[in-house]
Amino acid sequence: MRILKPSDILPSEITPRALFEDRRRFLVGAGATLAAGAAMWAGLPAEARAAAAKLGPLARSPFSSDEPQTPYKSVTTYNNYYEFGTDKEDPAANAGKLAVRPWTVRVEGLAGKPRTFDIDELLKLAPLEERIYRLRCVEAWSMVIPWVGFPLSALLRQVDPQGSAKYVEFVTHYDPKIMLRRPVLDWPYTEGLRMDEAMHPLTLLTLGLYGEVLPNQNGAPVRVVVPWKYGFKSAKSIVAIRLVDKEPRTAWNKSAPSEYGFYSNVNPNVDHPRWSQATERRIGEFRKRPTLMFNGYAEQVASLYQGMDLRKSF
Amino acid sequence: MTKPPSAAQLAAIKALLFALCLVPFALYMQRWFDDALGANPIEAITRGSGDWTLRFLLITLAVTPLRKLTGLNWLLRLRRMLGLFAFFYASLHFTTYFWLDQFFDLQSIAHDIMKRPFITVGFSAFVLLIPLAVTSNNYAIRRLGGRRWQSLHRSVYAIGILAIVHYWWLVKADILEPMIYGLILAALLGMRGWWREQERRRQIAASMPRPMPGGKVIPLVAKSPRY
Ligand code: HEM
Repeated sequence: MRILKPSDILPSEITPRALFEDRRRFLVGAGATLAAGAAMWAGLPAEARAAAAKLGPLARSPFSSDEPQTPYKSVTTYNNYYEFGTDKEDPAANAGKLAVRPWTVRVEGLAGKPRTFDIDELLKLAPLEERIYRLRCVEAWSMVIPWVGFPLSALLRQVDPQGSAKYVEFVTHYDPKIMLRRPVLDWPYTEGLRMDEAMHPLTLLTLGLYGEVLPNQNGAPVRVVVPWKYGFKSAKSIVAIRLVDKEPRTAWNKSAPSEYGFYSNVNPNVDHPRWSQATERRIGEFRKRPTLMFNGYAEQVASLYQGMDLRKSF
Repeated sequence: MTKPPSAAQLAAIKALLFALCLVPFALYMQRWFDDALGANPIEAITRGSGDWTLRFLLITLAVTPLRKLTGLNWLLRLRRMLGLFAFFYASLHFTTYFWLDQFFDLQSIAHDIMKRPFITVGFSAFVLLIPLAVTSNNYAIRRLGGRRWQSLHRSVYAIGILAIVHYWWLVKADILEPMIYGLILAALLGMRGWWREQERRRQIAASMPRPMPGGKVIPLVAKSPRY
């Protein structure tokens, strides 16, 4: 029998404690003004989580943050997934209708070997890693989430991208029978990255969170996570990945071009007309905290944008 | 027409209404202390108080049309309380913003008011509400005189419009809810416009000499004026 050293235990395996501590932090912040409510907070159930398929074994990643993780409950009940409704609680309530199997992802376009991958194939395509990333939403809130996946580059290499492929377009699932029919955005939701962004080791093809398969409301069964960009760049429930030569239009850019640029890198110096981007509220915390350039991933990604005016290419 | 309520009945109605108007506040307080406001309680409170400010504005604006449509003139006696509750929820909304959301960061608040159009508009609406709240008492009405008081309080129409614009500009893409509220406001203001126009026409008609038909007209029934 192998005995695990403490360092072998993934942070996600001790969630209830993280959850508890996170609650405590909010409590301490809010408590100064709302001491009367304090007693109630301690009585929270440890976890109310549906049994989901475990993923593993998971490799640790040097890219992982050691910040306290956002409680599973918040990660899975406070979502922007407009196809399932535009209030934060809607996706958790409505995404149960999404059938995540069978599921395939076409990888096509300017590729030597375009192919369709089955979800079970994707789960085995490369070693699964746990990546604890900061997530910064354009609405000025943030989370720390232990994703599970592998670099998108591992998938793209399988199809042999051609030299003319300069961008990657993500097409996501849209089924009017179970999703919003009002044209709030131009369905299906599409997103895009420049080829070098897509191939960057931080860009994660994501299949799970907290050591389990993705809950539907978080973009099951497969999504992408691009941690240095605002959350909406990280397309959910992907059905096709296209290698293209021109910058693809993206759902939010089509909806309001002056507000949501193609790059949408987290940038505290460029404000959005609705939200100042200088600060953010970490979910579970009381006071706002300063937002970091590229969401704190500048060391890894700043070189991608050398010579670009990030105010113009926002 | 039904008989208006007696003084005692009216007092009871007012007390009941007062309690009813506090229900949203009580529910939010309870949810705050029960940690039942979801992952982002500050956002939930900001939105809840904003929603209720707008709802109370619209309810207040509905009193006059309701009175005209039902003939229940005593409804007018509830209007002041409803308007003051609109201000109460607006104050909570603003307090949530500058306390819980911004934590008294005056620089950031000033930046927001100037740079974020939806905040600019919401702030204008709130500032315009202040003189209305301050003058919502008998003393102020006496001091100002009915006419001046009334023209001051007409700014509530502009406040209603600013509130809708505030909401419209803050949603990212789904304009359904601000549109519904906007249509309700349009109906409430539209009715007033329509009635005013009818009144204007009636007055013009009354002041104009009638074209004299040839011969003599003998009125068969003596009509009393409609208003
Ligand atoms: C008469 C005055 C006002 C009315 C009627 C009003 C109404 C509203 C409404 C209906 C909402 C949306 C709620 C929802 O999403 O369900 C809202 C949100 C909001 N309002 Fe106001 N508001 C007023 C004044 C203000 C003022 C003075 C400020 C700050 C200076 C403000 C800041 C905000 C903020 C920050 C939000 C939340 C935006 C978000 O969550 O993205 N409002 N308000």
